[in-house]
Amino acid sequence: MAWTKKILRVNLTEGKIQAEPLNMEWAREYLGQRGLATRYLVEEIDPRCDPLGPDNKLIMATGPLTGTTASTGGRYSVITKSPLTGTVACSNSGGFIGAEMKNAGWDMIIFEGKSPSPVYLYLEDERAELLPAEDLWGKSVWATDELIHKKHQDPLIRIAAVGRSAEAGCLYACIVNDLHRAAGRSGVGTVMASKNLKAVAVRGTRGVGNIKDPTRFMKVTAEQKQVLAENAVTGQGLPSYGTQVLMNVINEVGALPTRNARDVQFEDANKISGEAMHEPRKSDGKPNLTTNAACFGCTIACGRISTVDQGHFTVKNKPEYWGNSGGLEYEAAWAMGTDTGVGDLDAVTYVNFLCNEDGMDPISFGATVAAAMELYEMGVIDKETTGGLELKFGSADALARAAELVARGEGFGKELGLGSRRLCEKYGHPDLSMSVKGQEFPAYDPRGIQGMGLTYATSNRGACHLRSYTVSSEILGIPEKTDPLVSEGKAALVKAFQDATAAVDSSGLCVFTTFAWTLENIAPQIDAACDGEWTTDTLVEVGERIWNLERDFNLAAGLTGADDNLPKRLLKEAAKTGPAKGKVAELDRMLPEYYELRGWTPEGAVTPEIRERFGLPSQG
Amino acid sequence: MQKSLHINPGKCTGCLQCEMACSYENEGLFNPAKSRIKVFTFHHEGRFVPYTCTQCDEAWCMQACPVDAIVVNAATGSKDVLDSVCVGCKVCTIACPFGTVNYNVDTGKVIKCDLCGGDPKCAEACPTEAITYIDAGATGLERMRNWAAKTDTAKHTSS
Repeated sequence: MAWTKKILRVNLTEGKIQAEPLNMEWAREYLGQRGLATRYLVEEIDPRCDPLGPDNKLIMATGPLTGTTASTGGRYSVITKSPLTGTVACSNSGGFIGAEMKNAGWDMIIFEGKSPSPVYLYLEDERAELLPAEDLWGKSVWATDELIHKKHQDPLIRIAAVGRSAEAGCLYACIVNDLHRAAGRSGVGTVMASKNLKAVAVRGTRGVGNIKDPTRFMKVTAEQKQVLAENAVTGQGLPSYGTQVLMNVINEVGALPTRNARDVQFEDANKISGEAMHEPRKSDGKPNLTTNAACFGCTIACGRISTVDQGHFTVKNKPEYWGNSGGLEYEAAWAMGTDTGVGDLDAVTYVNFLCNEDGMDPISFGATVAAAMELYEMGVIDKETTGGLELKFGSADALARAAELVARGEGFGKELGLGSRRLCEKYGHPDLSMSVKGQEFPAYDPRGIQGMGLTYATSNRGACHLRSYTVSSEILGIPEKTDPLVSEGKAALVKAFQDATAAVDSSGLCVFTTFAWTLENIAPQIDAACDGEWTTDTLVEVGERIWNLERDFNLAAGLTGADDNLPKRLLKEAAKTGPAKGKVAELDRMLPEYYELRGWTPEGAVTPEIRERFGLPSQG
Repeated sequence: MQKSLHINPGKCTGCLQCEMACSYENEGLFNPAKSRIKVFTFHHEGRFVPYTCTQCDEAWCMQACPVDAIVVNAATGSKDVLDSVCVGCKVCTIACPFGTVNYNVDTGKVIKCDLCGGDPKCAEACPTEAITYIDAGATGLERMRNWAAKTDTAKHTSS
């Protein structure tokens, strides 16, 4: 149990809403959230459909532990076909809306078709209606949030919305919930906007129950919270510094992609690090970081709540940005700081605010600006192309203005909003896009952390660190230390991380728990809550099934093994400094072994044997 | 020793574990909407503040109740609602200056914190000790101790 066993189907074309029972057979095979919603997506859409057309569907899905007292049990995911990559997209978010959906009595919401005019979904327990959103269209996420709260006179509503960037067609637009948490990657917000769906507003008062063995569940979740509290990363590092604890660490090991990955170390890393966020400013004596914050049910609390210096050029005379809001996470600080060469903490924090306010993925945005800066410095694009923007590496001013333009879909911001691959292709330098399958890679350079090269190349949603975070093993030694500069053995490591992560992403729990937890810690919590028998082995099998299902979808969508690649720069240009000096990403040494471990053909195709073993549906 | 809930908002991260523990104890479900303790987020200030009944000695709710459905728990000092007596008139929700008595639309009764009979689940669930259950006569002890630690007596006596 733990599932509500109910899904809400919203046909936007016809304005029709209906409740359906959850397919419990699939729930046993795919658990929930990422896996289960992907199963629905595979069943219901043509993998070759236009991601921004009415035939694509968008699924918001919780996991069985979402809304329960299990630590971090507040996650939800958005599953759809990505307009950025053409692959399956699955973006995971914390905050509070996932638990609210579950409290309203729903495991999942499936949006299909396209509304003839802008609408938002209002969901209060069993009551669901599509309400007009003409007045919200053209508004930011933050303005939308405020207007919906005012309209319903209910401060307890939780809201997820898209901003102006999504409306303008930015291909890496997020769905932002609770003001500063986001289903961030692969343009899930762009799909939502393409359906004329501006927001989802939820109020749930029914509660989450249906726990299989409540006494055991309370006991085991309490024990596992203790494990998180006593672990150095989840008990101290993350609450104190957030994910930004990594900025200086990754710089030290020479795996910090800098200035569009020309370099692997950043001379100003310490100015935008987690430690720097604690330093009092000269102007007002306050640090950038006000406090840490938790998502629903999370006992780690890695979230950052920050301010920008009121005298900083980015917010001078703009009091609307003087308050506290969601502060920098490591990937965002890297993309918008390190990768653009901007070592200005206030500027990067301001741009982070804009990403939340208008729903852009900071990783893809920052890496696209970095690519544009390289094109600009090469003289391929100039001020005429950019509409006056002097896109030089290190320019905080250019970064801030670029963010404002993408946020509002104005001027050169329209081109930047298409992502680095389309930008670099347009100007004749496709190799300068630091992306895989069209999605920009994040804050770990595979030349210095070899496992991440294979991670990026084989991720089912384009380059991504969260599909198999081998940094844990290669840098932090969790669960055991491997040498980051060695590619041998990484194929098996990546596969193991991919399968385990797919299961965690389907449970309702946060993947950050895995700094302290393995599946050994997670399985008993799921088992106490959910019908059936859930062991570590079951979860690994579910994870591997999900991975193959996603892969099969991508192949049916037209991708091939040739898309499991890395930008030429990582493969040909050796790291210039640091411990990885002289190294390139050794993808060719890992990929064939990886395919073999997966049981795929040497070309990377899923075989009939694998389909049969995991009971996968036929696709395409 | 009489104990009371002590709240230190500076330690709160807004995780809502207290709301889940409260609703689970009282309703058998994880349901923040039915929690007797609520965490408030002051977004622009970057503050989270848990808030619940402080168990007033001369409780307005108790005095206002026309049917004597709110009674003192002699063991804990809490003011408890007797469901079998409460008629759902909601006068107590008007009388309480702090808003910590609320009406439950599903049961037709009011709900408020009863300290879980002396073992408050919110305090037990709080991961940061923002909510503790301590000596009612010395809720300031930790703060006093922190200030005491800052007094520089050693320096003065040695010079």
